[in-house]
Amino acid sequence: MAELLELSVAEAARQIAAGELSREEYFEAWRGAAAGDQLNAYLWRAEDGTAAGDGPLGGIPVAVKDLFCTEGVQTTAGSRILEGHRPLYTATAVRKLGEAGAGILGKTNMDEFAMGSSNENSAYGPVLNPHDRERVPGGSSGGSAAVVAGGLAPCAIGTDTGGSIRQPASLCGIVGLKPTYGAISRYGMIAFASSLDQCGPLTRDVTDAALLLDAMQGNDPCDSTSVGIAGGVEAPTRTDLEGLRFAVPAELAHDAIEPGVRAVFEQTLKRIEQLGGEIAEVPLPHAEHGISAYYVLAPAEASSNLARYDGVRYGARAEGGDDVVEMYEETRAAGFGDEVKRRIMLGTYALSSGYYDAYYGRAQQVRTKIAEDFAAAFDRFDFVVTPTSPSVAFGLGEKTDDPLAMYMNDFFTVPMSLAGIPAISIPAGTAEPEGGGPQLPVGFQIAAPAFAEQRLLDAAYALEQAIDG
Amino acid sequence: MAGELSGILEHVDRIGELDLDEVAPTSHVVDLENVLRPDEPRPSWSRDEVLEQAPDPADGAFRVPAPRDED
Repeated sequence: MAELLELSVAEAARQIAAGELSREEYFEAWRGAAAGDQLNAYLWRAEDGTAAGDGPLGGIPVAVKDLFCTEGVQTTAGSRILEGHRPLYTATAVRKLGEAGAGILGKTNMDEFAMGSSNENSAYGPVLNPHDRERVPGGSSGGSAAVVAGGLAPCAIGTDTGGSIRQPASLCGIVGLKPTYGAISRYGMIAFASSLDQCGPLTRDVTDAALLLDAMQGNDPCDSTSVGIAGGVEAPTRTDLEGLRFAVPAELAHDAIEPGVRAVFEQTLKRIEQLGGEIAEVPLPHAEHGISAYYVLAPAEASSNLARYDGVRYGARAEGGDDVVEMYEETRAAGFGDEVKRRIMLGTYALSSGYYDAYYGRAQQVRTKIAEDFAAAFDRFDFVVTPTSPSVAFGLGEKTDDPLAMYMNDFFTVPMSLAGIPAISIPAGTAEPEGGGPQLPVGFQIAAPAFAEQRLLDAAYALEQAIDG
Repeated sequence: MAGELSGILEHVDRIGELDLDEVAPTSHVVDLENVLRPDEPRPSWSRDEVLEQAPDPADGAFRVPAPRDED
């Protein structure tokens, strides 16, 4: 049984397709593993059924972030306001996984409406980091990262608006990929910040990430921003980095990074050189303003997107409102958590008359400058690399009283989101947390130009083999 | 929460120091054009299915408390 659970998704799918492994036995083994969840990582688990379809993911169970609508299956987005909500339709990304032969193993816990970097903003309690249960798994796709890292699912999908796939993947020691904006349809993904939200895989290795990405990517008439990746992606096979140029942001030297994280980062740069890659510094002068721009733009979009939760058509309604306006107010007061309220207020403020130009307008201009910085870097380089997160997993409750400190977790991931480019986090080693304690995973982030997912996965694979070897 | 919001805005205010004259705003990274589809009726969910989702359906509609009487 244990051996069954150690198979990579690619290998399990191969064995199932070849008739060497029973899909029922495989799914049942994972159902058993998921049933042992002690991390509060699942909000719902499939009690029966299997992955019946044939295809590249035939027989593979997938854990799905509870932000994806699943027909007839509870979809809460980690919020009280959607408690018990059973959508009438299934998100395109999940439907396409099904068409590739996969089945839903469970729905995973998350920060409410994907707003958070620690999973402590879930209305259903925090997810615990499988490496140290006193620590956070990262967020907002913390449940999806924890089930893969904790041996409760072979693979998962999540969403990334400013780092919500890459940061938890880093803190849990797995692979997390945010594809180019537009690679995968957003239809049926509960909206947070529509110009930034993107779905992606969280997996144990780079090959599995490529498999899931290929199954999910593509144009979808239900999302006019989805264009797909021309030609799809193939399993990576590259084993060297000869001729590839990696840019390290020059500003990184001054940024606040834990010493242990910095050491792993520098060690990984050496590995890149050993594999034949070239490394040089490149200026990304506006990246440091990414957090400021992001925490204007994302809340502004969220404040508009979340206006739909009014207790009328679906979701929860608070009792006791004497008139319709009071009903809206009480429903939202009871249904939304603090972080969601905070961002709705920030967003409406940034969009309000008199402040619009100073906040929303300027943030959009900063977004242009950040995209231009990346474009200039990609004129000379194939990739931009950074640590995924400035720290290893931090303690539960450590940053909940300081929202700005929490936002700084996204420092290295937000710029790529604003530029719409793909980025992957791969496990690069471990480090001792500041203040001491057992070693914890450290992620290495690689970003590439828009729609260069194949090149990104190839390089990540070569590096992964070297790190694992 | 007021103190937290002020702290966040103080950080965000740093973008006020940047010289952004003549910089075009980016609202979206994908070049988007309006997409129009033919205006043809398609099957949709039934009224009953949709109303099953509602906290307080009544008589084939969504029921809400009455608006406040404004004098």
